[in-house]
Amino acid sequence: MSAAPARPRPLIDALLPLAAIVIALMLFSLFVALEGQAPQEVLETIFAGAFGDAFGWQNTLLRAAPLILTGLAVALPARAGLVIIGGEGALAFGALGAAAAAVPLAGAPNLVLWLAMALSGMLAGGVLIGFSGALRQWRGVNETISSLLLSYIAVALMNHFVEGPLRDPASLNKPSTLPLAPEAMLGNLPGLDVHVGLAVGLVCAVLAWVFLRFTIWGFTVRVVGGNPRAAAMAGLAVTPWVIGLCAVGGAMAGLAGMLEVAAVHGSCNASLLVGYGHAGILIAFIARQNPLAVIPAAILIGGIGAAGSLLQRRLDMPDATVLVLQGILFVVLIAMETLRGRAWRIPQLSAPRLAKATPAPEEAA
Amino acid sequence: MQDRASFSRRNFIKAAAAAPALGLLPASVRDALAAGGITVGFIYVGARDDFGYNQAHAQAAAALKKLPGVKVIEEEKVPETVAVQKSMEAMIVQDKAAVVFATSFGYFDPHVLKVAQKYPNAHIAHCGGLWSEGKHPKNVASYFGYIDECEYLSGIVAGLTSKTGKFGFVAAKPIPQVLRNINAFTLGARSVNPNATTRVIFTGDWAMPVKEAEAANSLLDQGCDVLTCHVDGPKVVVETAERRGAFSCGYHASQAKLAPKGYLTGAEWDWVTPNTTFVKALQEGKPFPNFVRGGLKEGFVKMSPYGAVVSEKARKAADDVKAKMLKGEFVIFKGPLKDNTGKEVIPAGKSFAQQAIELEGMNYLVEGVIGSV
Repeated sequence: MSAAPARPRPLIDALLPLAAIVIALMLFSLFVALEGQAPQEVLETIFAGAFGDAFGWQNTLLRAAPLILTGLAVALPARAGLVIIGGEGALAFGALGAAAAAVPLAGAPNLVLWLAMALSGMLAGGVLIGFSGALRQWRGVNETISSLLLSYIAVALMNHFVEGPLRDPASLNKPSTLPLAPEAMLGNLPGLDVHVGLAVGLVCAVLAWVFLRFTIWGFTVRVVGGNPRAAAMAGLAVTPWVIGLCAVGGAMAGLAGMLEVAAVHGSCNASLLVGYGHAGILIAFIARQNPLAVIPAAILIGGIGAAGSLLQRRLDMPDATVLVLQGILFVVLIAMETLRGRAWRIPQLSAPRLAKATPAPEEAA
Repeated sequence: MQDRASFSRRNFIKAAAAAPALGLLPASVRDALAAGGITVGFIYVGARDDFGYNQAHAQAAAALKKLPGVKVIEEEKVPETVAVQKSMEAMIVQDKAAVVFATSFGYFDPHVLKVAQKYPNAHIAHCGGLWSEGKHPKNVASYFGYIDECEYLSGIVAGLTSKTGKFGFVAAKPIPQVLRNINAFTLGARSVNPNATTRVIFTGDWAMPVKEAEAANSLLDQGCDVLTCHVDGPKVVVETAERRGAFSCGYHASQAKLAPKGYLTGAEWDWVTPNTTFVKALQEGKPFPNFVRGGLKEGFVKMSPYGAVVSEKARKAADDVKAKMLKGEFVIFKGPLKDNTGKEVIPAGKSFAQQAIELEGMNYLVEGVIGSV
């Protein structure tokens, strides 16, 4: 009981998100009750829709697959201290890049085709967000604003190419690029009705976590993200790290775009822009920018989507119901973050005050 | 609650005999099945009450609910991606829907096709008219309406009401379906006022409320006094016209409530007709129709009732043409027809009836339209 209070408590910290979910569900139940529905029935339906059976789970995982990657697109630059919100544009660029790479390679072996599409998509997404990082490092432009604006440009360019130079002339009322041959589509994971994009997302998240947690470079990133000036003074190359992490983040969203083309739509068209990039922002914040925690966060958001489907069909509730749940959840999670790392004791006034009162070392000394 | 009270041994045996998966079904669906009824699913891409595209479909769903033995389940705001695949599957697997109406154009390829192949015993009816024999699965159907007929009639009414002879058209994308509506509207207007012009602004996507408002204001600033549109939700355009004292023609569903003063008429879908055809076929065990299309005559589309400001003359002119359309004697697209660059697109003596394949690939704006594709 007399230990220093400022140390993080791993157990309590891990319980915080769970507590947030419970509190959010309680608030949501209140809202549901006010709307004249039985909260228990609604909660049961939500659970059944998202995780109730094999169909629910696969529905959830399928929806979560692109969200893991777009969550990483926000979480990775955040490790270098940047708030990037242009994931939707990077996804659009990635889808466009992947579809463009597929055109000259029609008929090539599938492995070559997929690799080329993935590389092209990652490059396109990486360049877009990397540019945002470069603007910030070299021109002092706020990366949040620039990535958002670049995202609009990317979506507009995607629409331009899809409706113009890259348009399949046969796609009359739904402008699209040339479709992949059916046998060139990425298939499902063995035994599952979920495409391989899920596995790609999981691998990327784990790799990113291992890299950041266990390598010397990961330590460098932590220093750069924690205090760029101190990092620069210590002789670390801050700018390449910042731009690089932005580019890798953008590449993750670009890869999500490639997977939408190669595993879901078969071509690049406006239908693949359904807000995965924006959901990634939410997911990264829920996950506290931890690549490994992005996985459960993406599954949670995917599950809410799946639950919304059942809720509409079973209880005739509007689609906005799950948006309300998602909103409450987000606010409670963020609010709970303020409790993280605090002393969970009856306040003992002397110790923390003393700690704070310790004079800071003289800067110019 | 009532369902549980009316629980009886007979119902139980029927339900138990049907399938083990029935345990997943809510009591109301179980009852509908036990009574020999069918479940019908509706999937919308936007909100059910958008005063536009999705509302037109939801109105038909509401009408189907009134049919005996029909249970309707609905899902709104389902995007054109894996989400719609899963919604269709869930309706088929969890709710035992006999037919799913996938109402957004973008659902078809690959989503409807993929799910239909996976569940060959289920039926999916898609709105958009893309099904073709030999190429697509037999358990998939297309239905669509020739709404350009209503656009032509709206054009006549607009042409005889407008003071400036300038019309504004807010459109989503320059794709054949949209171009056909712009052209039909303009041809209708020019049939009664040869100097009439239509200014078109493309917003780039189906639901862009801010851009739609900007476009509507800009068109009004250019002197247009009748606005119409082809976007998913005409609400913004119609309301903007009303606020600025201009006239408007609606689209998809009736927007008369939004513009009590300036709403002239509008081109509306009447999906009850095709939807009932599919449901009846399944209920009566007849073959599932694969391709269902029609216009005013067949009851697939309809006009909004004329607004109070529409003159007797305009009503009569439009009603005369409508009478010809109802008899199947009227052709909208016939030669000689020039596009707005002066190129002849339909030579003299040639005319394209509604079914003509040439109209499906329309890529021009007719003379009198100011704008480019």
